[in-house]
Amino acid sequence: MVALLDRRLVFVTGKGGVGKTTIAAGLAQLAASQGRRTLLCEVDAKGHVADAFETEPTEFTPREVAPGLWAMSMNTEASLREYLGLQLKLPLLSRIGPLARTFDFVANAAPGVKEILVVGKLAYEVRERHYDIVVVDAAASGHIVGQLAAPQAINELVRVGTVRDQTGWMLEILSDPAQTGVVVVATPEEMPVNETLELSARLAEETTVDLAAVVVNRVLPELFTRGEEELFRELRTPEGTAALREAVGGEVDVVLDGAELAVRMRRTRAEHLADLRAGLPPGVDLLYVPELFQRTHGVRATAKIAEALGAELGY
Amino acid sequence: MAADRASPVATSLEPLLAAKEIVICCGAGGVGKTTTAAAAAAMAAAHLGGKVLVITVDPARRLANALGLERFGNVETRIPDELFAAAGVEPRGELWAAMLDTKQSWDELVRSHAPDAATRDAILANPLYENITGRFVQSHDYIAMERLYEIHASGRYDLIVVDTPPTRNAIDFLEAPERMADFFSSRLLRWLTVPARSRAFTVASRPFYTVADRILGTQFLQDIAEFFLLFQTMYDGFVERARAVERTLSDKRTTFVVVSTLEPSPAREADFFIEALRRRRFSLGAVVLNKVLPTWFLDRDATRVALRLARDPRPLAEAVAAAVPRTGDPAQVARVLAEVGESFLNFQVVATREAEQRHELSRHADVVATVPYADHDITDLAGLLELGAALWR
Repeated sequence: MVALLDRRLVFVTGKGGVGKTTIAAGLAQLAASQGRRTLLCEVDAKGHVADAFETEPTEFTPREVAPGLWAMSMNTEASLREYLGLQLKLPLLSRIGPLARTFDFVANAAPGVKEILVVGKLAYEVRERHYDIVVVDAAASGHIVGQLAAPQAINELVRVGTVRDQTGWMLEILSDPAQTGVVVVATPEEMPVNETLELSARLAEETTVDLAAVVVNRVLPELFTRGEEELFRELRTPEGTAALREAVGGEVDVVLDGAELAVRMRRTRAEHLADLRAGLPPGVDLLYVPELFQRTHGVRATAKIAEALGAELGY
Repeated sequence: MAADRASPVATSLEPLLAAKEIVICCGAGGVGKTTTAAAAAAMAAAHLGGKVLVITVDPARRLANALGLERFGNVETRIPDELFAAAGVEPRGELWAAMLDTKQSWDELVRSHAPDAATRDAILANPLYENITGRFVQSHDYIAMERLYEIHASGRYDLIVVDTPPTRNAIDFLEAPERMADFFSSRLLRWLTVPARSRAFTVASRPFYTVADRILGTQFLQDIAEFFLLFQTMYDGFVERARAVERTLSDKRTTFVVVSTLEPSPAREADFFIEALRRRRFSLGAVVLNKVLPTWFLDRDATRVALRLARDPRPLAEAVAAAVPRTGDPAQVARVLAEVGESFLNFQVVATREAEQRHELSRHADVVATVPYADHDITDLAGLLELGAALWR
């Protein structure tokens, strides 16, 4: 099994709302802090990556947002222009202005074309060795399979042409677990866990890309040991609460309710975690990132996530 | 739609669900849209009466089971009254549910718009058809709106609650009908279909095809062109339909409910969505905030107590251990008290952030409903109605 950060292309995906971008940013930060020249690419350009590093909005042209860490946002039209310029050696890019628009339209309608412009750009960065590692804040779990399967689909649909020729080397990079891996982010809740398990199965069936790891985000700390929890139950009895109230000289119910809620939340999440562990194929790394109880985005949060991931990966 | 205001907002969806015919729930992925839509519909059926339909996209298995919907497709299914009875409720109306099956819905659409049987069969058998309807931009969004229009126009229901598909961009589906109409009337589409109509390309389209040929290969281009040519035969029907769908969305009888949690990124998407509704003059009926922590985490007295427990638990622990001997070792009591205090303060950080976010999101809505964080998943109709009660007060 290749260590996660030794791969060259890492797609980070997950259900909406689980902290996909934060984890991708943390992973990129961690890689960069180890001296790896790192590119972080936001595929659904929503500006979350810029938030994670508190910088200006990212663009198609990568910009260094932290030492050794470049960030960019995907833009299929720009990707197409770059491709046409590079592959077809078209001299006058200005003349393909309306052409690119037309092509963008075809790309919208034709299956897999838009996807391949995304995956192709990323694989190109890997092939050219512009970076040691490319971390992708990829499409959410509903769309990632279509994206990763695009080269294969194009390869089957298109019988000749430049695009077809291009899918060969892309597939080689994507299908090599030493180079490419998918990281699925989940929170220990019902829907994210189910979606992670479904995605894991679909990745195996419909794509050639290796599932490298599952990151469980927002894991709540264990509040009490078994003995301590019994003691906490004593404090929840009328007698125990009265004694504490007397000692404090004020209302304590609300504070105890807060701890009760934390204990119950942790317990429900533990059940979902167990389902996740049981449902994943053997050999998939599980990385745990604790609930931060702090700001959930920005430089500070990104650094904390990077630290937590580093600890989990043994750095 | 209210502008910034000082007066407190209403918190119940009841008047909205009683007055409107179509309620569209939207918001970022993972915020509980589906559950909210189902709970709102269940409450309307239980307390307002009439025939209520909820159209869901991809319900959690347990939620589907809670509605008794292990197997269902495009067909509208009635939720049996026994399920309500088991939840201790005698419903005034009927609750129906349907799931959106994109493929099946597209097939039906093609069947109803194809000019003749030959075109219909040619489209349905086209190798690109499945791929294109499955992945075509906004194809899910469009079909959801189209289906909604059709069901509403049939007059079978008093109220339809829609759970919108998870989109990359929450506003995509607002634009879906418009884009679909644009697509079919666009010059680009006519351009694309040129090679299928004639081998002699027009001068204007030549540079495009020269490059496109080199990139995609002629055969593939031909396949695409043939497909679009077939599709174009449905032009009039499609455009007319897309316009009608668009009109339904802006009708007075339709309203939108924006669902969000109070985490920064879904909240920002919700904000964005509210703005998009305003721009298009669509009605924002309510904002529903899900998974919200109790506000008592912000209580000042409790904070003081939590701080004491966290910082200096030992004297308190000794007093408690003395008063209730079975609590045992004061050192262990002190550890528990410190944990209790720390945990409260941790959650308070989150609750404070949530309060701020809530204030932001409440500015533009007349109704803001809050659903407290639930530590259990919904497994039956009773659970759904319990959640629904939070939307009803």
